[in-house]
Amino acid sequence: MATKKLTGSQAVLEACIAEGADTIFGYPGGAIMPIYDALYDYNDQLKHILVRHEQGGIHAGQGYARTSGKVGVVFATSGPGATNLVTGLADAMIDSTPLVCITGQVFAHLLGTDAFQETDIINITMPVTKWNYQITDATEIPGILAKAFYLARSGRPGPVLIDISKNAQIQSFDYEGYTPCNHIRSYRPKPVIRKNYIDEAVALINNAKKPLVIFGQGVILGKAEKEFKKFIEKSGMPAAWTILGLSALPTDHPQNVGMLGMHGNYGPNVLTNECDVLIAVGMRFDDRVTGRLDKYAKQAKIIHLDIDPSEIDKNVKATVGVWGDCKETLPLLTLGIQQKDRSEWLKVFADYTQKEYDQCIKEEIYPTGKEMTMGEVIRIVNETTKGNAVMVTDVGQHQMVTCRYAKFNETRSNVTSGGLGTMGFGLPAAIGAKFGAQERTVIAVIGDGGIQMTIQEFGTIMQTGVDVKIMILNNQFLGMVRQWQELFNEKRYSFVDIQSPDYVMVAKAYGIAGAKVEDRKDLVNAIETMLAHKGSYMLEVMVGKENNVFPMVPQGCSVSEIRLK
Amino acid sequence: METNTEKQEYTITVYTENQVGLLNRIAIIFSRRKINVESLNTSPSEIDGIHRFTIVVMESHDIVLKVVRQIEKQVEVLKAYFNTNDEIVWQELALYKVLSEEITEKVKVERLLREYGARAVAIRKDFIVFETTGHREETNKLMKALEPFGLVEFVRSARVAIIKESSGFHEKLKDFEKREPSEEVIENEYLGKREAVFTM
Repeated sequence: MATKKLTGSQAVLEACIAEGADTIFGYPGGAIMPIYDALYDYNDQLKHILVRHEQGGIHAGQGYARTSGKVGVVFATSGPGATNLVTGLADAMIDSTPLVCITGQVFAHLLGTDAFQETDIINITMPVTKWNYQITDATEIPGILAKAFYLARSGRPGPVLIDISKNAQIQSFDYEGYTPCNHIRSYRPKPVIRKNYIDEAVALINNAKKPLVIFGQGVILGKAEKEFKKFIEKSGMPAAWTILGLSALPTDHPQNVGMLGMHGNYGPNVLTNECDVLIAVGMRFDDRVTGRLDKYAKQAKIIHLDIDPSEIDKNVKATVGVWGDCKETLPLLTLGIQQKDRSEWLKVFADYTQKEYDQCIKEEIYPTGKEMTMGEVIRIVNETTKGNAVMVTDVGQHQMVTCRYAKFNETRSNVTSGGLGTMGFGLPAAIGAKFGAQERTVIAVIGDGGIQMTIQEFGTIMQTGVDVKIMILNNQFLGMVRQWQELFNEKRYSFVDIQSPDYVMVAKAYGIAGAKVEDRKDLVNAIETMLAHKGSYMLEVMVGKENNVFPMVPQGCSVSEIRLK
Repeated sequence: METNTEKQEYTITVYTENQVGLLNRIAIIFSRRKINVESLNTSPSEIDGIHRFTIVVMESHDIVLKVVRQIEKQVEVLKAYFNTNDEIVWQELALYKVLSEEITEKVKVERLLREYGARAVAIRKDFIVFETTGHREETNKLMKALEPFGLVEFVRSARVAIIKESSGFHEKLKDFEKREPSEEVIENEYLGKREAVFTM
């Protein structure tokens, strides 16, 4: 290819196009102005979504990455623009979301002089990025961006931040075309699969009487949903999911036994401590999943499949660590394991499910009391969408209830902030999720706390016309903290009685249609109206003020000490 | 395994690309876990362009193993090893500044310096700088011995260490540069062998 003169800014946009990034979420500012100036001419090839706050931009990028399976791209300026990305970076890091964030930086000759809007974003973001790099010379741009996209999406995905000084954005250089990166000598995205571990794992599974599969987002990130299904179906094993593994296996699959962890289902939690072989696939034994570690699955042999070798033995010591890409390791296991019928073992789960339904679920989704419950809202959503919508949640009680009760038929349908638990994630992530899956219905379920953290993104919805259904489940409390204060702090409700504005009016001010439901008799109709509405819609549902999410594994307790009430 | 939770001195050897900021990336892996770094040295390695970090920590085997995996996970880190003291040969260098009049007037000091194998690296009218290399206890001993004789300044370098069983990094690097690397490169030895940690 003949060389041509390009500016650093143009090279950045060429890289984005070459990497298939069709949507960019961003916010301009002084130090990134040259890139925005170039963007003016690339408007036909790159869609730029102007958000209202950089945190909204990065959460939108995360939502986009989660539903589309592509790398989310985010632009922000130096200084405050860059620091506003930090929460999203930390969230993407802990939830392994592929992102490339481009930040502007002051002129290279001003670095370290406390120049206007200068901040050391490389060092600030070091612990919360998979990789970051500062460019001060335009000739580096094609190579570094190729590396950035490759690192973000390969292996265990994660966020990458590239900081580009203003002079490098302006600088013209001989552009020799874009070459994608597929090898970095010091970086090993995929461990080699060792046959002896596959054999050991197969033998353990074949000899198991009561095997339990627990799976996480690794199945989705590895695009291994089919492989996973074949694996569990062949030997009839029950499979339970972490909050980020949700939707990798359809809700109504007969071997789907539910959710793990603190607010997970009764059966999978109790039976974790009764199974004889625990097979963990693409999950990292988060403390919210394991409860008290020294009482976690001590009786079981543990097989741990993960692409990241540092996860093996990190929290739970594995009997066999099968490191590798689960898209490759799962079929190898499937090949070796015997066809089995484990209906008796599955029946044990069914009995627990029944017990949980009777004592806990039934009243939540078909409440007999006057107050509406979050569970019944989600049940009606299920009945209306038939489980085909993308559900985006914020963080708190509504998140747990949505994950527990929402029905999913398709993978990449659950977008939530799992590891970091970022309140304010929901609304911007839903905007991004819709851009990542435009043909699908996207429903954001958000509490009255979280919505007020990033409510400014109503402006992004207004300006882009993106079609997102927003459900605010308003219990007039910071509900999860209130629940803990009720259960563990003798009802000392310290600063959890958050007040809300009139959300319908706020939405209206942004040109978003909306309604508020205070009475059960209007609920079904309101949800149907919301889903039938063309364009964005905000529905506020007033739910019981002091409802608790159960079951619950109290902090510091073993998973088998799960409480139904 | 009780020994796995007992603290002892570990020397971590890290082969890395030569990249700005990598020192910080490695350092924060320790600071995040509130692990004190006893000694840290960065130097070139036997291979041009590849850096070698030598880090000493006082920690348990379990903790060091996890930390080393986190280090190895960093994009620009090629390989990280950790060893107990009996698996390595190591040295530290110490400098001692003593007033010349003390040396010239007190025969005992001269004898002391000879005893410890110290070498004069700078001789001035007013002061002399001596150097010794050795293990920490050895360099410490001379410091203590010189204290009564007006030791003006003392400084000790970080530990540098050679792994006894290592055959160097040249062969390994060739494997790293291949697109389809060998098992040897891709996995940490400790993952393959579990308890037998170092088998290079």
